[in-house]
Amino acid sequence: MRTIKSEVTVKRKIGSALVYIFVIGISSIIILLYILLFMASISPELEGIIPKKFSLSAWQKVLTGDLQVPGAEYQYPNLYLVMGNTLILALSVAGAEVFISSLAAYAISRFKFRGRSTLLGLILVLHSFPAITLLIAVFYILNMLGLYDTLIGVILVRVAFDLPLAIWIMKGFFDTVPWDLEMSALIDGCNRIQAWWKVLLPAVRNGLMAVLIFGFLSGWGEFVFVLTFISSQKYWTLSMLVYAFTSGEYFYVDPCITATVGIIYMLPVVVFFLFAQKYILRIQIAGKGIA
Amino acid sequence: MQRTRRTKVRLGALWAFLLPSLMLIGLFFFVPVILTFLISLTDMDYSFEWNWVGLANYIRILTDPWVPKILSNTFFYVSVTLTCFNVGLALVLAIATTHINEKVGATIRAIWLLPRITPPAVYALLWLWATRREASSLFNWVLGLFGLPPINWKLTYPWLIVILVNGFVGTSFGMIIFTAALKSIPSDIIWSAKVDGASTFQVIRHIELPLIKWPLLFVTAYQTLSLLTSFEYILLTTGGGPGFYTTEVWALYAYDLAFRQYGGTAYFGYGASLAVFLVIIGIIASVTYLKVFRFRELMIEPKIEVK
Repeated sequence: MRTIKSEVTVKRKIGSALVYIFVIGISSIIILLYILLFMASISPELEGIIPKKFSLSAWQKVLTGDLQVPGAEYQYPNLYLVMGNTLILALSVAGAEVFISSLAAYAISRFKFRGRSTLLGLILVLHSFPAITLLIAVFYILNMLGLYDTLIGVILVRVAFDLPLAIWIMKGFFDTVPWDLEMSALIDGCNRIQAWWKVLLPAVRNGLMAVLIFGFLSGWGEFVFVLTFISSQKYWTLSMLVYAFTSGEYFYVDPCITATVGIIYMLPVVVFFLFAQKYILRIQIAGKGIA
Repeated sequence: MQRTRRTKVRLGALWAFLLPSLMLIGLFFFVPVILTFLISLTDMDYSFEWNWVGLANYIRILTDPWVPKILSNTFFYVSVTLTCFNVGLALVLAIATTHINEKVGATIRAIWLLPRITPPAVYALLWLWATRREASSLFNWVLGLFGLPPINWKLTYPWLIVILVNGFVGTSFGMIIFTAALKSIPSDIIWSAKVDGASTFQVIRHIELPLIKWPLLFVTAYQTLSLLTSFEYILLTTGGGPGFYTTEVWALYAYDLAFRQYGGTAYFGYGASLAVFLVIIGIIASVTYLKVFRFRELMIEPKIEVK
């Protein structure tokens, strides 16, 4: 009896060890990729992920903002200009999504009107609809509106495509706030706007945070719209710069510089990943994720 | 009480709340759907002239020598990425991480979120970097440890890169949905099975898998559509190459025809006719999710997750 039991435990232990090895093994590929990028930014010579030399010259060069290689054929925009554009894009998208989606979600959650359920169904359908397939028509519209090659154009399209998900997240939060809370604020002498500002918004702050982070990451990482709707270098964002560095005509000769720009581009993402994971998880489950 | 309150609310206020959303949704969803159909009936280019050509673009799809290749590429890309990663690995990771130490499991799942929130351009850079042709690149260095010669991965195995890049991003979605579903299984069912002598494998096979049938179907359907219509990571890594259309998929072909013709001609009309197929599939699929998969319920569930 005893031998059988111990045999089972041994088998169990081997089994669970194999599971650990597999899971940790395959997940460490991801970690390795990020370590590799970091190492590449501080070492001009790598063997796999092991640095053979150490140098901060790439960081020194990148932080001056001037990416130009002496005698190089192509002009690169100033890094700080590109970072500024990316920040404007990310903050505008985040701000607009929070503002517009909470307005709509509030109306859907609190107002009774004809067509409410149709609107809800529509938002859900749109949320799973692959908007990227509409790119050619969107290009036509932006051109008609005179918004081709402007950051505003990119911001508008990004916000529009993210809205169904953002509205859905916010509606879920408004739904959980009991009417009594607003009522008591009104009875205590607040007007509607005060009740909204002082009672309702604090009650949905988790939702506002989730949408804010979602919007920021969505704008911060945006690539296809910038590539398609922007032609002037003065409106480039970091995604365009990294893409240009790694492909075709703008190929950058010094890989350390490319890696360093990549690391800088990753920074806000890492911060959110470390400190705001619960919101990111929330958005992931609510929909197709950030991408 | 509520009724009197609601009737007090003026229609104007309602419109003020909804108007920004309705305008953006109208301008960038509804108008483009109609426009895509209309443009597909023209031979529009950068001059934006509406020259109606009837169904010429659709006839061109039938005679385009590249279309069979692109169709089989698309089928290969979607089915392999889906089975190996977006559903396959997602399921394996969800089951594995819920059966091991909880903290380790949660950390592993968090790691898989990283590719999803990394800017696509950087994420693609990571893979391009790891698979460079130099002997010192990550992939070749590992090969070297086993005494194998370096490989020019992008040129020799472009599909491997495309599938790995998309797969490592795509896994997290299914993984999270499956994990949530597995965690919602009442533990007394599993305990009673274990008391009756069921092994972990039997518990997975006979209790857990049947109980997450719906999420499994949902993720499969949803990710099929995502893979079918997204081209961002292919554009960033192989760009559809090497050579002619080696890793070009339908969505990327439509994009390339419209926006990446270096000769200067933009085939908006022909590109739109290819996009029309994706738009139709997208509309049918999204409506189906709502009806069949009770999307509503799936979407409400996660509220529990924010602590």
